[in-house]
Amino acid sequence: MAVTIAKERWTSKVAEMTLGPKGLKVGGESTLPFLHFEGEMPNRPVTALEVFDMEPQDWPDILKEPFADVLNDPVAWAKKVVEYGADMVALRLMSAHPDWKDASADEVAKTAKAVAEAIDVPLIVLGCGVEEKDGQILPVVAEALEGKKCLIGCATADNYKSITAAVNGYGHSVIASSPLDINLCKQLNILITEMGLPLDRIAFDPLVGALGYGIEYAYSIMERARMGALTGDKMLATPIVCFVGMEAWKAKEAKDPDVPEWGPQADRAILWETTTATTFAIAGGTIFILRHPESMKRFNAFIDEAMKPNAY
Amino acid sequence: MGLTGLEIFKQLPKKNCKECGQPTCLAFAMQLAAGKASLDACPYVSDAAREALDAASAPPVALVKIGAGEKAFQIGNETVLFRHDKRFEHPTGIAIQVSDTEDVKAKVEKINKLVFDRVGQVHEVNMVAVANDSGDAAKFADAVKTAQDNTAYPLLLISGDAGAMEKALEIAGANKPVVYAADANNYEAMVALAKKYEAPLVVKGSDLNNLADLVEKVVALGYKNLILDSGARELSKVVADQTQIRRQALKLFRPFGYPTIAFANNDDPIMESMYASTYVAKYAGIVVMNSAEPQHILPVITLRLNVYTDPQKPIAVESKIYELLNPGPDAPVLVTTNFSLSYFCVAGDTEASRVPAYIIPVDTDGISVLTAWAAGKFTPETIADTVKKLGILEKVNHNSIIIPGGVAVLSGKTAELLGCEVIVGPRESAGIPSFFKQRWLNK
Ligand code: B12
Ligand code: SF4
Repeated sequence: MAVTIAKERWTSKVAEMTLGPKGLKVGGESTLPFLHFEGEMPNRPVTALEVFDMEPQDWPDILKEPFADVLNDPVAWAKKVVEYGADMVALRLMSAHPDWKDASADEVAKTAKAVAEAIDVPLIVLGCGVEEKDGQILPVVAEALEGKKCLIGCATADNYKSITAAVNGYGHSVIASSPLDINLCKQLNILITEMGLPLDRIAFDPLVGALGYGIEYAYSIMERARMGALTGDKMLATPIVCFVGMEAWKAKEAKDPDVPEWGPQADRAILWETTTATTFAIAGGTIFILRHPESMKRFNAFIDEAMKPNAY
Repeated sequence: MGLTGLEIFKQLPKKNCKECGQPTCLAFAMQLAAGKASLDACPYVSDAAREALDAASAPPVALVKIGAGEKAFQIGNETVLFRHDKRFEHPTGIAIQVSDTEDVKAKVEKINKLVFDRVGQVHEVNMVAVANDSGDAAKFADAVKTAQDNTAYPLLLISGDAGAMEKALEIAGANKPVVYAADANNYEAMVALAKKYEAPLVVKGSDLNNLADLVEKVVALGYKNLILDSGARELSKVVADQTQIRRQALKLFRPFGYPTIAFANNDDPIMESMYASTYVAKYAGIVVMNSAEPQHILPVITLRLNVYTDPQKPIAVESKIYELLNPGPDAPVLVTTNFSLSYFCVAGDTEASRVPAYIIPVDTDGISVLTAWAAGKFTPETIADTVKKLGILEKVNHNSIIIPGGVAVLSGKTAELLGCEVIVGPRESAGIPSFFKQRWLNK
């Protein structure tokens, strides 16, 4: 009996973003994740590993180990990330945090520039997470990185203006961050485009939670955003950034070396990070910011399989 | 599901005799469509019409009951493609496979230990799959017997040989195991066996067309207690087929109106675990894995819990005094929210510290500490109200409470409202044991 394959006729697609010196392309899909039988995924989901501009304070040993010799040297650390095969480097300007070194805009911009010069993959630059401070430092960083086509964030409802203006002026793209609410996310995308930044230079961050820690909320928001994008809602049709590493490595299941009933930490921790990532990949995530190189390797092996054709 | 009243009306005898208690056949049809009447009330409907109407009113994905006894479970009865459209109904059953060529008892004992405590509930795998890899019927029967004698979980019997299946069912049939599988070559014999034991039967196709064909043949033999396997094993094909089967089922394409089974088995246990999680989210009724190691299973079980949570209803705990490890008057008082996850993080880490304590969850409609704070539900006022209502400060001799580090800003005002000391704890509950050591026990 011949089955009439059920194909959705999507009317629209996700914007395609171009990053970095060699023009890495991200997004652009015209179907739900990995349903190659009814549309295109011209670019596979991409990965970045995080680099801190100072030694991370709360990373467990298993996470520090692959970078043990470079934790105090962001340039060397970034090079190592490229060696591990990341599509991008995600530099987190932790030292600017008022609770840490409260570093100035000029100091962090210098580091960002040095890192960008040392690598040939696109650079993602992340602020310290304090909205006000990020609103001050990121424009200076954007200027220092002129021409490098970086992805800079996070812009929030409170600080997007200064960041968007600089991102636009110096030729970068922006990460727009709003907490787990499809309307807030849309609203921020609207505000940013109203400042003249085109949609193909915005990626949104729905503030994901890790496996076991609220992952289902972000999962459903991504699915809804993708449905919206494919049915013509332009303000939802931007690539989705998933801060997987940051969330997964907060989880006890990843961090705790000694819980016999959960099995040895090595596989458990890696799987906590990769499963968080693969779950978002099947919901519509595009840019995956991870922390452990082994998780990235596993995630990529999964994506290799998911990208195989499945036309009927 | 629903046929419209008019569609039903077309199948009725149109005698308007009122014997069903309705003034006309049309009125009766409307009642049926609204689910307020049963077809049995009309003595005149033809057998053909009854069959058509029964079939049309069946749910899009049939409900299938697996196993017998306390570990029996159900799959199917799903109604949506996306959990945000309503919710997913019956969590995927996780089956761990053991081969009849290995030490069955040892592996089954490992499987029995895959039980995890999470948000105050027990989460576990659901089935033991026994595979007839040896090709030997007697060996298979032995393995099935050993499995059955050593576990309470329902069995999934994997053999393409109807003779071997017959022997296995003589041993395990009374407990309603899943029979895997009826294919183009053996379906008549497999249907006869499944029927005899009223056991759920997997129909295995070589692709979707072949699967639909086979299901029709099996249904024509009078058996509908079915589970579907499209035969795909590569990740991207499985995702596509699972999506198609669910979509087709919701469009009431009847051959696909049954729950599915997906095989994640992989020599690389990390890959297997990722596949299994994906199939849990992508519609599998049962997912089969080889690994019986907790580190590979816990992520799958956790994702299942997350994806199958009702999006309209966060899992919450009651707002009351929780006493951990028999606390006395000098025990610390920890304040959190009544989101289950928040409460159980705090409870778990407090227990790990071995320090007896009280935990007070504030009713925040089941949302987390920071979410509730941002939403104005975890405030000095709600905290003070809860502390007073529960009378916890009368139970202790130190006149102090501990709040989560993430909401340190609430401490001043809360202290004012309660006239007690408000200590700011660590941000993450994982910091509680060392916090107790440094800040509480030396107090
Ligand atoms: C899932 C989630 C949601 C879900 C809620 C799910 C739920 N049932 O709670 C939804 C989608 C509904 C949601 C909505 C909103 N959210 Co929200 N959400 C999250 C998210 C992703 C995870 C929260 C979570 O479940 N954490 C896990 C639980 C266990 O954490 P927890 O309760 O804090 O407990 C931990 C610690 O606090 C500590 N702890 C707990 N109790 C105690 C007690 C003591 C004594 C101690 C010592 C420690 C301790 O231990 C626990 C484990 O470490 C976070 C971001 C993130 N990744 O954390 C944002 C977040 C909490 N949300 C945020 C916001 C702003 C909102 C909204 C207001 C957005 C909006 N404007 O609509 C709404 C408000 C909802 C409403 N009006 O009802 C912000 C809060 C920002 C802030 N600091 O003010 C966050 C932090 C995101 C962000 N970075 O901006 N959200
Ligand atoms: S009993 Fe049957 S035939 Fe008579 S009115 Fe009711 S529906 Fe019509």
